[in-house]
Amino acid sequence: MDSGKIDQIINKHNADAGSLIQILLEIQNENNWLPKEALTRVSETLAVPMSRIRHITTFYKTFSLVPRGRHEVHVCTGTACHVRGAERVLEAVEGVTGVNAGETDPDLNFSVETVGCIGCCALGPVVVVDGEYHGNILPAEITKVLQDKK
Amino acid sequence: MSEILLQIDGKEVAAEEGTTILVAAQSVGVSIPTLCLHEKLEPYGGCRVCSVEVESRGRSSVVAACLYPVEKDLVVTTRTEKLDRIRKSLLEMMLAHAPDSEPLLELAEEYGADKDRFEKEASFCIHCGLCVRYCTEVKKANALGFINRGAKKEISFIPEIASKECWDCKECFELCPTSALQAAFVLIEALTAPPQPTTKSCHSCG
Amino acid sequence: MPRINSCAELEELRQEILSQRDPNKPCIAICTGSGCIALGAADVVTAFKDEIKEQGLDIKIDIRETGCPGFCERGPLLVIYPEETCYLRVKPEDVKEIITETVLGKKVIDRLLYIDPETDEKAVKESEIPFYKNQMRLLIGDNIKIDPNSIEDYLAIGGYSALAKALFEEGPEKIIASVKESGLRGRGGGGFPAGLKWEFTRKTSAETKYVIVNADEGDPGAFMDRALLEGNPHAVLEGLLIGAYAIGAREGYFYVREEYPLAVENVTKALKQAEEYGFLGKNILGSDFNFTVQIHQGAGAFVCGEETALIMSLEGHVGEPKPRPPFPAVKGLWGKPTNINNVETWANIPLIINQGADAFASVGTEGSKGTKIFALVGKVKNTGLVEVPMGITLRDIVYKIGGGLPGGKKFKAVQTGGPAGGCMPESLLDMEVDFDQLTKAGSMMGSGGMIVLDEDTCMVDFARYFLNFLADESCGKCVPCREGVKQMLNILTNITLGKGKPGDLELLEELAEVAGSSALCTLGKGAPNPALSTLSHFRDEYEAHINEGRCAALSCKELIAFYIDPAKCKACGACIKDCAPEAITGGKKVIHVIDQEKCTKCGSCLEACPAAFGAVSKMSGEPVPAALPEESRNLG
Repeated sequence: MDSGKIDQIINKHNADAGSLIQILLEIQNENNWLPKEALTRVSETLAVPMSRIRHITTFYKTFSLVPRGRHEVHVCTGTACHVRGAERVLEAVEGVTGVNAGETDPDLNFSVETVGCIGCCALGPVVVVDGEYHGNILPAEITKVLQDKK
Repeated sequence: MSEILLQIDGKEVAAEEGTTILVAAQSVGVSIPTLCLHEKLEPYGGCRVCSVEVESRGRSSVVAACLYPVEKDLVVTTRTEKLDRIRKSLLEMMLAHAPDSEPLLELAEEYGADKDRFEKEASFCIHCGLCVRYCTEVKKANALGFINRGAKKEISFIPEIASKECWDCKECFELCPTSALQAAFVLIEALTAPPQPTTKSCHSCG
Repeated sequence: MPRINSCAELEELRQEILSQRDPNKPCIAICTGSGCIALGAADVVTAFKDEIKEQGLDIKIDIRETGCPGFCERGPLLVIYPEETCYLRVKPEDVKEIITETVLGKKVIDRLLYIDPETDEKAVKESEIPFYKNQMRLLIGDNIKIDPNSIEDYLAIGGYSALAKALFEEGPEKIIASVKESGLRGRGGGGFPAGLKWEFTRKTSAETKYVIVNADEGDPGAFMDRALLEGNPHAVLEGLLIGAYAIGAREGYFYVREEYPLAVENVTKALKQAEEYGFLGKNILGSDFNFTVQIHQGAGAFVCGEETALIMSLEGHVGEPKPRPPFPAVKGLWGKPTNINNVETWANIPLIINQGADAFASVGTEGSKGTKIFALVGKVKNTGLVEVPMGITLRDIVYKIGGGLPGGKKFKAVQTGGPAGGCMPESLLDMEVDFDQLTKAGSMMGSGGMIVLDEDTCMVDFARYFLNFLADESCGKCVPCREGVKQMLNILTNITLGKGKPGDLELLEELAEVAGSSALCTLGKGAPNPALSTLSHFRDEYEAHINEGRCAALSCKELIAFYIDPAKCKACGACIKDCAPEAITGGKKVIHVIDQEKCTKCGSCLEACPAAFGAVSKMSGEPVPAALPEESRNLG
């Protein structure tokens, strides 16, 4: 990711250290992940210690310090989804993608994450694939959706 | 600054507004155990060993003495059965990480804490934060910090900064109540030290 | 659009908007909240738009894409005005018929109506549907009436009249007095009297003050705030404006969790429109009140719902809570007096100003005034968002509105309060739900998540689930939470794995005291609650796990076994086909037997066995009967 783009994002937030998290979110949206060079640039430009940036990028679950897959699969493991069988859906997702929750496959096809709550609790279990929501999903159904993306 | 009257272990105490219970207690000879406190650093409130019971307007709660500011008519008790139970458990959970830590063992004796109560943990670090806070607040070098959260939280050196700052400093080492800091530093040394010439040949390139 | 510079101009615009709208013109209001979108609502909308265009009916029929009205179980759903006909579980294939028969032909399509499962009675109008009828939908009832991306829709239903009244008729002192008199308590979980908090913030003298909307709805199982932000962002903004004016703040923030992209999008659009129309910026409505607001997103940390951690996050730090005192009302964001309230709390403010404190306080109980939106989810037939007056019984919520439990299963408990809450068993079903009653019962109101559990839920595993969630979300700063939650989780995990030992429950209770008393923040302090609550009502389940190796709910994999009853097995082969680890021996006319060593407890065999045979069952706490000798396994 070129430093020009990063500077643009930083300037949009008036190079304000308080907007650090918003800046990192935008960089990640553009770039799919947060490479070290981007973090160094942010650290220098905002005059924020690298130790603080490293804590932030590892504390908050949204950030990824490694490249993510082309397809992002978020499986909700919230309470309502849990009692309606989210575990089996997760097993199905891990099975068909070959990727465990929290990981990305080496070919960068799929990234699988669990989310504490996606906010569609009435329709549990819920899986979001590339921003598309699937509610009341059965293990067999999500398997098909992901097979088609392979 | 106005003066505030409160009670600590039955003693009447007058303290300036903004003083913590810990400091107010010290002024009347009442000592409260601490672990993550250091005179050169801002109080942290991480270990909770300094927990005391306070009562105000009919409500009682447990608070960290190193941080809680004095209040008018506050009634503070620094040693109760409940507090003893709490301190004992806190020490036991920390001893599972660092069973040989002197500061911990000293307190353990006072509170009857059993260092073998919980299964041994892989990491020595008890997250008192003294090293990180010292480097940030006193040295202003930010050579080490925290990463991750919860039980996965760790201290971590920033290699580029540590390789420049830490060799000649190491002032944080003596603050560490366990050997966690030395272990972390040895690791970072291994990663950032220039290759030393050896008599053995390297397997990959000879 | 020129800015509105006075109350008079606002009313003029409102009348102009209303005069341009024909209440008799057909309008199809379709829910496009995240929930219905997940069920395919976008395709339904497209189908309507295409069909209307094809039939040349563009100017004759309006389509309104709305936020969530709450009956999520039956989505995609829509309401056709002016008749208020409500259709449920609508598919793209139904669209043509709907336009022809209902919109144009004014006839009702029975199969798309709500049909009462007991009486077979059909409800045509939205307001006749029992799910809605038994609620008091003061807040969420507006969602179906507006397109959240249209400020004019909000103005058409009276929007921003409370702001005008607040700015020009009431003034800060009276506003705060009203909010105090109304008895409104924080809807985010704390339940602190909102008016009092506003007063503290107002009284702290400082040039700069802040107001914040806490939209970091992290409780798993709760999505009330999502529906309010997606469906009616202006109502929340109006409440925020009134609060800011009363407190003396000129800057505000919406802190929205990153997991709610549609909410972020709709709030962003609403703020832009509000600015265009003059509800934000300088000299709002021609007064001397200036106010600007920004949106900040969360980045995946439940702890940032805690107000001091949220402030840390807004300041660009990790979400580590800070000690209180000092309270944010005195020293908050950037060290300035700050008032943080939950989305639903802010959304109640225009109601209070418009109808007056007394009218607001006429709903609810002595200690809890107004309505509360609950996310009724889990093992209940009618899942969705329900808005009810404080004081309604749990029984009415679960059965009258929720329709009871599906699958003929037996009720076990209702959980409220998220990871800091507790369970209410059957004996407490007649409890009148309000802040104090819930606390008395060992739970808490929380943000509004209400999860119904049935006989298949293992209460030990349920407690373990919450501790697992908190172990992941703990910031890690203090020992009682970082270490205590981990140790409590260990104990519960071991119990569910059949490794529980005598003394475990006592240790659990000891750790509960440490975390509950000495943790730095309410995440740690509340962490023991699910375990303590389930222990208090379902101790027998815990003891059975530890002493008998038995899971009463037949849920914990290590403690259950699947068994094929040879007397019932018809050797049809259905279970063998679905058994992934190939753990079932047998074949045509040879009774099937599960090899317990190979069985992974996936449950496929139980699902596969035809209901007429019912040969597969789960068992726990006793040895699996020895398999029939091979010679005896042949069926006639």
